[in-house]
Amino acid sequence: MDTIVSMASALCLLLGSFLCLSGGVGILRFPDFYTRMHAVGVTDTLAAAMILIGLMLQNPEGLVMLKLLLILLMTIFISPVASHALAKAAFKNDLVPLSDSNENKGGTESSIS
Amino acid sequence: MPENNFSDPDKQSLVPHLISLFLTLAAFWLINSGHYTLLILSLGLTSIALVLYIAHRMDVVDHESQPLLIPLRIPRYHLWLIKEIILANISVVKHIWLGNKTISPVLTTIKAHQKTDMGKVIYANSITLTPGTVAVDVVGDQITVHALLRQNIEDLQAGEMDRRVCRLEN
Repeated sequence: MDTIVSMASALCLLLGSFLCLSGGVGILRFPDFYTRMHAVGVTDTLAAAMILIGLMLQNPEGLVMLKLLLILLMTIFISPVASHALAKAAFKNDLVPLSDSNENKGGTESSIS
Repeated sequence: MPENNFSDPDKQSLVPHLISLFLTLAAFWLINSGHYTLLILSLGLTSIALVLYIAHRMDVVDHESQPLLIPLRIPRYHLWLIKEIILANISVVKHIWLGNKTISPVLTTIKAHQKTDMGKVIYANSITLTPGTVAVDVVGDQITVHALLRQNIEDLQAGEMDRRVCRLEN
């Protein structure tokens, strides 16, 4: 039983780390601000959830698990608000997103003004 | 004191919200404390009472800050949302590793059919929480959404999330 739980925990942590790494690669790779924001979304949601669930399985009974659950809940409530604030700030300051038809999909910032 | 003028209907509807806020704060305090001696518990009770008093003085205890009925209906929605978030994560991670040629970013407005502000907030937050779509702006019932893929926008326009949030409201 103990081995199963610790293996599940290790699996969750590994998956979470992979998702964090993917989010980081996405931030570097994607062409403009808005698309990079979607990459951050991965780190915000499933990666954080996987790492926290992995940590919960390290100590499945007791107060620590409830506290980790609270951290997960807070992350889920707060991160969309932060993302929305960032996106709205960019949008209100006339940062025009790349559109599908735009040929420039390189790694550099595209300045449209 | 403005609440003395038309107090009766307001006061009656206020008490359940205060009780609900009290229970939430108490659960939050107990989970974060972990010490259950009489002194610490009474200090916790005092701080909860202080928070309730301040919240009441600030006039922020109402159906928006402390909704009563939505917590009963929301677990089902959360389960569905978790499924959607996992699927969206897989899709975004796939496109991160496939590279920039495979993405098709779009910015459009979609219509939110929720009647209350609370419903619109839940809908917009759900959109942002799902990787691949970010709610950029909300004006009236129009939500400006930026999506990583054209497919994401088509899924939103199909309106399943919209309908499910609407069902939470009434």
